[in-house]
Amino acid sequence: MERPATMPNQDALDTLDAAVVVSPPVPKDTRIAIRNLDFFYGRNQALKAIDFDLPDRKVSAMIGPSGCGKSTLLRVLNRMYDLYPGQRATGTVMMDGQNLIDSDIDVSVLRSRIGMVFQKPTPFPMSVYDNVAFGVKLYEKLNKAAMDERVEWSLTRAALWPEVKDRLNASATGLSGGQQQRLCIARTIAVRPEVILLDEPTSALDPISTLKIEELIDELKDDFTIVIVTHNMQQAARCADRVAFFYLGEMVECGPASQIFTSPKQKRTQEYVTGRFG
Amino acid sequence: MSVAVPAAHAPGLIRRRKIVNLIGLTFAACATLFGLFWLVWILGTTLYFGFSALSPKLFTQMTPAPGASGGLLNALFGSAVMIVIGVVTGTPVGVMAGTWLAEYRHGTPIAGIIRFVNDILLSAPSIVIGLFVYELVVRTSGHFSGYAGGIALALILLPVVVRTSDETLRLIPVSLREATLALGAPRWRMVTAILWPAARTGITTGILLAVARISGETAPLLFTALNNQYWTANPANPMANIPVVIFQYALSPYEDWHSLAWAGALIMTLLVLTTSVLARAALKGKR
Repeated sequence: MERPATMPNQDALDTLDAAVVVSPPVPKDTRIAIRNLDFFYGRNQALKAIDFDLPDRKVSAMIGPSGCGKSTLLRVLNRMYDLYPGQRATGTVMMDGQNLIDSDIDVSVLRSRIGMVFQKPTPFPMSVYDNVAFGVKLYEKLNKAAMDERVEWSLTRAALWPEVKDRLNASATGLSGGQQQRLCIARTIAVRPEVILLDEPTSALDPISTLKIEELIDELKDDFTIVIVTHNMQQAARCADRVAFFYLGEMVECGPASQIFTSPKQKRTQEYVTGRFG
Repeated sequence: MSVAVPAAHAPGLIRRRKIVNLIGLTFAACATLFGLFWLVWILGTTLYFGFSALSPKLFTQMTPAPGASGGLLNALFGSAVMIVIGVVTGTPVGVMAGTWLAEYRHGTPIAGIIRFVNDILLSAPSIVIGLFVYELVVRTSGHFSGYAGGIALALILLPVVVRTSDETLRLIPVSLREATLALGAPRWRMVTAILWPAARTGITTGILLAVARISGETAPLLFTALNNQYWTANPANPMANIPVVIFQYALSPYEDWHSLAWAGALIMTLLVLTTSVLARAALKGKR
């Protein structure tokens, strides 16, 4: 079935108005408001009519079993899906009055505002310093002193500076897994984005490194809006202000972390958070 | 819950497995020895006859007339010039084509067709490439030349570099590409700043393999650079080169030409060997 947005006739516009009317109102302090978002891998629909608000400078967690669409939603926010022909999104993802999934959005600028950290640490094959400076150089012309300062700032914010300050010129691939992941976070915040997307950032890490990253998330939310996808419900409970539970491409329930984990409204949410499936 | 103890239950199965393993190992070892035997024989013969023919004259004098004394200076120089022409023209084209296949058209039918054609070119008899360049360059320019030889060598090097660049780039995990693009980097920056450095070892190895291959090519040079008994520094002229000199001198009836051919073979072998060893060592040190 065609989506209304792709049919520019009057019937379609009426349908669209109707859809806007029934969409939930956007709460105050929302950084990104997602309304009626559908996502397709080819003919396969992976997200169905998602309405979801990401509060400003808070941590929003997305939980749910594998294949429920939570990572897909994350990849819509910074348009990662653009890389793959056959993947498409319809609906609205509003940030500062712009629909992020419009085709006329400058993806490069978008990705400088919405950074992303991946499941597996992905250090670039270059020095620690150059890893952090790489993204900055894409957007800003800084002199040596300013760049040094930015690199130190980013590494300090990522709680990595004390460990690497004497080996900034060493290859980043020689760091431990946990250090590499914090380097990736440093690299992301060095560009000074407004939103940080974390796609299961600790699933490849040991418990100590995981703890460090979680503490880091807590600190970073003072300055950044954070969205985290996680399989680890304790992690969601520890880190997140708001939690959304996804199942089979739908958002089943969304609310404050305490409510989702202690008194969920939906039966499926309760079954999932109590470990009965997933 | 009881744990089964297979050793007690199926001793026959385990014995069978060990015997099959032994047979497999024996065959593998024999195959290795068979391959090594010829390699050692060829290398040993080259070393033996080559070393007895080595002398400083090789590097200071030109190829001689039969019976006169001489060296291989003009041929060594000619070979070096043509290999450099081949590498300098073939490598950029090969790396770019490999990058295009892996990064910009991967998974499309056109990439499949180009990879297939490239594989055919990879195994094309080098004499065919020699004749092709003969028609293309020698006939149109009216004479044999070092340039024509260099172009023929570039055409032999090209498919090797295309293939290794393509394959090495495709080995790089998708996550590294996504991480780069997630910072907002344009594709070309990703290729030049992240992927090429990440694939450096593989691409360099491919280039070295290709250099090793073109260093010994005779057939394409017979039709393009021909040979030159005298010194020339200008690649627009016919140029002497080691493979063709080896070919001509080894087939000649003169004893002193034979020993020069052995010396040429030894020098080429050692050059290829040391380049690969040094390059590998340097790459290892960098990683």
